[in-house]
Amino acid sequence: MRPILIRGGRVIDPSRSIDGVAEVYLEGGKVADTGPSLGSPEGALVLDAAGKIVTPGLIDLHVHLREPGQEELETVATGAMAAAAGGFSAVCAMPNTDPVTDNQAAIGFIVSQAQRAGKARVYPIGAISLGQKGQQLAEFGELVGAGAVAVSDDGKPVVSSHLMRTALEYARTFGIPVADHCEDPTLSSGGAMHEGIVSTRLGLKGIPAAAEEIMVARDILLAEHTGGHIHLCHMSTRGSVELIRRAKEKGVRVTAEACPHHFTLTHERCEGYDTNAKMNPPLREPEDREAIRQGLRDGTIDAICTDHAPHHYDAKEREFDDAPNGIIGLETALGLAVSELVEPGLLSLPTLISRMSTMPARIFNLAGGTLAPGSPADVLIADPKAKWVVDPTVFFSKSRNTPFAGRQLTGRAEVTIVRGQVVYQRRPEEAV
Amino acid sequence: MSTPTLGKDLVGLEPLSAEQILLILDTAEPFKEVSERAIKKVPALRGKTIVNLFFEASTRTRISFEFAEKRLSADTVNVAAAGSSVSKGETLVDTAKNLEAMRIDMVVIRHGASGAAQFLGQRIRSNVINAGDGKHEHPTQGLLDMLTLRDRFKRIKGLKVAICGDILHSRVARSNIWGLTKLGAQVGVCGPASLLPRGVEELGVTILPRIEDAIQWADALNVLRLQLERMEAGFFPSLREYNRVFGVTNERLARAPKDLLILHPGPMNRGVEIDSDVADGPHSVILPQVTNGVAVRMAVLYLLAGGSPEWAHRGADER
Repeated sequence: MRPILIRGGRVIDPSRSIDGVAEVYLEGGKVADTGPSLGSPEGALVLDAAGKIVTPGLIDLHVHLREPGQEELETVATGAMAAAAGGFSAVCAMPNTDPVTDNQAAIGFIVSQAQRAGKARVYPIGAISLGQKGQQLAEFGELVGAGAVAVSDDGKPVVSSHLMRTALEYARTFGIPVADHCEDPTLSSGGAMHEGIVSTRLGLKGIPAAAEEIMVARDILLAEHTGGHIHLCHMSTRGSVELIRRAKEKGVRVTAEACPHHFTLTHERCEGYDTNAKMNPPLREPEDREAIRQGLRDGTIDAICTDHAPHHYDAKEREFDDAPNGIIGLETALGLAVSELVEPGLLSLPTLISRMSTMPARIFNLAGGTLAPGSPADVLIADPKAKWVVDPTVFFSKSRNTPFAGRQLTGRAEVTIVRGQVVYQRRPEEAV
Repeated sequence: MSTPTLGKDLVGLEPLSAEQILLILDTAEPFKEVSERAIKKVPALRGKTIVNLFFEASTRTRISFEFAEKRLSADTVNVAAAGSSVSKGETLVDTAKNLEAMRIDMVVIRHGASGAAQFLGQRIRSNVINAGDGKHEHPTQGLLDMLTLRDRFKRIKGLKVAICGDILHSRVARSNIWGLTKLGAQVGVCGPASLLPRGVEELGVTILPRIEDAIQWADALNVLRLQLERMEAGFFPSLREYNRVFGVTNERLARAPKDLLILHPGPMNRGVEIDSDVADGPHSVILPQVTNGVAVRMAVLYLLAGGSPEWAHRGADER
């Protein structure tokens, strides 16, 4: 493996509070050194990063890669490539595949598919309950042994408080977080979008903010009670942000993530019954979007995740009520984050990299998220000023379901390096 | 000022201007008379092909559209979802594109999903008329309600109309709210809070918590049908209690400061949301609503097909 020297870039490493022009030298799959001038190591591939930022590779705690079961929508390989193209060196795959990844063989399959793909790392998340049925605990020990980094029944809420309590307790044995999709199904059942003035106008059944907040409150109480680590997925309401803020003040072991669509769009985007604006949790109100932004600024929300959810064109080309939830996000996340959070002055670039790399690595206890010597050579070179227009037809993802087609964004990945190897380099002809 | 037109589709009253709504109501006037003739037919839509695509059961709306189409001399086909390719899993867009491939001019669609009419209108070239989509809109019902109000009061502006019942699940309520507020009426909504949609006051309506409040306030009551399945879904406890708390009865109406006009889009649950002596009483316009339904639908079909209001008078004059 050829060593890599990255020159001239602004190195941002939130793990060591580093932000300044420096060189980064990668050798043997590890970060060998960072410093102002590392000379010209023999045989190294030299990458010029002048005008760019050099950061630890981005880490997405929440993606759906559809394999096994729905390979026509996405595979581990296409998802890992889309991730690399979006600047992610690692993603965490949710277990709601078919069959569900609730056993060590299924986890092992994801690990081996990710190795074969050789792009971004793919860490499997195991199911909390067998078949995600919400009844019997999955074998967390076996899952972790096979490579799972967390457990979640994402896509489905954990309805039983007893099951959530037990999961939080049992997960402590293995030092993994329990990631919860917070939704009270007795309030949300049949809902197609956020309950508010837009759902009233469109005549669609709404999902009230309280459906999320009730479960956020419950999970916080159970985390406090058990001492377990609860990780709250895709937070979407101002009430949730407030609950988390108070819980953190009390010292509860709670972490939280939010998605670019929730800090960018509001329920108004559902006007015209555009099914690419249909997702769960739904797009909320402007006050919710603002609370998510403030939560990301002050650290109440620790991480930005995509909830990358590929769906086929035909499935979205339907009546709003009948269309599936979800949008893809791996190839737009960095651009949306820079455009919506950094450009308006809400987050500095170092804080953004913390939310998209350093913090996610800490939450799930993953390698990466740092450029400290000896750490894995997972590195992103990004142009934070590049302007580009979202064109889903050139995505590496197999699916195209995004509400951001045609939107101009600022900021994109130039080179993504995983284990010391370049897994993505933007082709120059893609320049606008 | 040029005469307004309706555009390609009628999916709801929300997107229409006051001028467009008045155009439809004014165009309906000459068509009322066509239905009073011995030979109830004018040639306005001769040679046009219309499909009535009903994914939900409907008697009155489907028949009303069919009469409107036939009295305008259009050729019509009725497609009910049950027993068609739809029941074999065909998608809405495939069904519509297949119909369009047979070179139809218009589709009248009734569908259980909100947005279905707009979805269809964006995907086919034929005119699309919404005959009720989920909980969204039922524009021709809103129009016939307004025509009936205008017949009796000679105006819409300044009228106080209370819509009573299950506002949450009602497409009739939404179309009435949009249409009436655009024409300058004051709209109140009355029903159990569990059947009022969130933020409804932001649509410019007054919330009337009790039926007694509505009766004190309004010039006309539009009493909605209460569906039994909403009770089963837990939105209110029982039909009996609904009648006792929200039922429109002569006893309650007797305490009104003035005689109220009573509308109901049908079909009625007598003894639930409305008592029989009110429905059959002197101030009920429930049957004139049905009569106006045909005229309003003729007007909508005629205008979407490109007819102008002046020709409507002339067309109706042809014998």
